[in-house]
Amino acid sequence: MTFSDLVSFTLAALRGYKLRSGLTLLAMAIGVGAVILLTALAEGARRYVEGEFSSLGKNLLIILPGRSETKGGPPPLLGETPRDLTLDDALSLKRMSAVAKVAPLSFGTAPVSWGSRDREIPILGTTAEMLEVRHLKMASGRFLPDTDPHRALPVCVIGSKVKDQLLGGRSPLGEWIRIGDRRFQVIGMLSSRGRSLGLDVDDMVVIPVASALMLFNSPSLFRVMVEARAHEEIPAAKRQILEELRHRHDGEDDITVITQDAVLSTFNKIFEALTLSVGGIAAISLLVAGILIMNVLLVSVTERTGEIGILKALGASQRKIQMLFLTEAICLAVAGGFLGLGAGEAGVWALQTIYPSFPVTPPAWSPPAAMALALAAGAFFGAMPASRAARLDPVAALSRR
Amino acid sequence: MIGLEKVNRIFQVGDQTVHALRDVDLRIEPSEYLTIMGPSGSGKSTLLHIIGLLDRPTSGRYLLEGRDVTHLTDQEQAQVRRRRIGFVFQFFHLVPRLSAAQNIELPLVLAGVPARERSGKVRQTVQAFGLAERSEHRPGQLSGGQRQRVAIARATIMEPSAILADEPTGNLDRATGQEVLDLLENLNRRGIALLVVTHDPEIGRRASRHIRLVDGRIVEDRRNST
Ligand SMILES: Nc1ncnc2c1ncn2[C@@H]1O[C@H](COP(=O)(O)OP(=O)(O)OP(=O)(O)O)[C@@H](O)[C@H]1O
Ligand SMILES: [Mg+2]
Repeated sequence: MTFSDLVSFTLAALRGYKLRSGLTLLAMAIGVGAVILLTALAEGARRYVEGEFSSLGKNLLIILPGRSETKGGPPPLLGETPRDLTLDDALSLKRMSAVAKVAPLSFGTAPVSWGSRDREIPILGTTAEMLEVRHLKMASGRFLPDTDPHRALPVCVIGSKVKDQLLGGRSPLGEWIRIGDRRFQVIGMLSSRGRSLGLDVDDMVVIPVASALMLFNSPSLFRVMVEARAHEEIPAAKRQILEELRHRHDGEDDITVITQDAVLSTFNKIFEALTLSVGGIAAISLLVAGILIMNVLLVSVTERTGEIGILKALGASQRKIQMLFLTEAICLAVAGGFLGLGAGEAGVWALQTIYPSFPVTPPAWSPPAAMALALAAGAFFGAMPASRAARLDPVAALSRR
Repeated sequence: MIGLEKVNRIFQVGDQTVHALRDVDLRIEPSEYLTIMGPSGSGKSTLLHIIGLLDRPTSGRYLLEGRDVTHLTDQEQAQVRRRRIGFVFQFFHLVPRLSAAQNIELPLVLAGVPARERSGKVRQTVQAFGLAERSEHRPGQLSGGQRQRVAIARATIMEPSAILADEPTGNLDRATGQEVLDLLENLNRRGIALLVVTHDPEIGRRASRHIRLVDGRIVEDRRNST
């Protein structure tokens, strides 16, 4: 039997029971579509997080006070009270050969007021280098001046939401606002970029780090952000930072350096596992579809007993009969699979259209894997009915009518 | 051409054994016309199934065209059925979803003959059996005589050396049965061996040779002088 004869014979047979074949096709399509859609969602979440991280800036290392036993990975939730990470600690890192830029960060909230309006707003104390380290953009004015970080200048840069709420429609530049019990002159406004990994640049006031330390009345920094000179220098920068700060802290390893790479790869691993498990759950529906295929074929073997007898009398071997029914199973699986592929892609497209900011995309492996699974399910669950058909005694099959 | 030596066929149903064929010895020459008669349950169909390689003897030997085919594998048996044997049944046994022409074409399809080479042969056969008008009809849309003609056309399209017909006229009225028999006898005249199981003594008289089975045994083997 030539291949095209095999396929057209099979398709004609399937047309003989349209409803049953159609429902099985639907089940298979749902299975494949679910795998694609769910893995696309999980992959979208991964890409979203990855995007957030890369918007953080390149070749970034983050230093936090406190020791973490884990190498890389997210910061510890619990730990002994660490030694302060001071502004001088941070500034000393500028001398390291692998370090390009250093941005000390002090963070807290404080009441901010202009005229009669006042609000509790997150305050970020930092230096001029923060602009480049975090890839921040200015909407108007300029960022903090590049002067001695120890000088507590009374200037500030505000986010767009702060401006809207405190100053309304007027231009903020040159206005004086009150933060805590000090007055600061607004010298610039940050460009709106939405939330960027836990930091809402719209709802934030940036002041010089020395002013912030005075405002919060604490010598300790919240974080230090360091940009390495190049991607390859990230490990060297980490080593140098650890060495320098150990030296400065009397031989104690009491800080944690996390690299963006390490955090990202941890997140990636988590999300890859998530994608796989979500895909696996969806793949269960492929199994169900496979069982449906088996059912359809078993019914069809019973209904077509006479036909099987005829085919055998006309010279079809057991292997050929088996192949005919297996081809039916595989045709159902493949056709259902392609329908599911289409439906899955359509679903992905719909989600992309509705939520353009969320990067829903099936991972490259997922459509072929879903198809392969569909095929395998078809072949696996088709095997039993097919061999049952093949083993039918032709005489008995022909005597039934 | 066909040689059966001491062929037995025993069916085991529960704790009952049914001896459907007992020590059957039979030689059939090429292009012989043979009828098989006997009471119901005497083993006529069983004999035909064994000759057609749809069933295997419990014991004994079967030689077909000089070749021992008793213990062929399923694949080899299928090939012999495909190339050397044509079946015609009482209940026609056409594939209901296929048209007359497609039913006739089926053995060629199963044999892997490419579509190009098939179409001419199918058209020719459809013509030869007077089915041109009906070739696109399904079996359900055909009369009994037409169905049997389709079945005979299907049995001959591979140019077999023997046609095995199990009560081919059993389901037809006398006139239609006569037409069908004429068709089969025509094929026999062109050199195809013809084995017909029948209850109709009239057919028995027309054949060149006649055997009678009782209880699985050949009790009569008579050649008619023509
Ligand atoms: N698959 C089977 N299982 C058990 N017994 C069988 C089977 N096939 C045939 N037999 C028995 O073998 C014997 C011969 O059957 P067979 O069909 O050959 O008879 P027959 O001569 O063709 O009868 P009929 O004229 O009614 O068609 C019968 O007793 C039948 O019951
Ligand atoms: Mg019979």
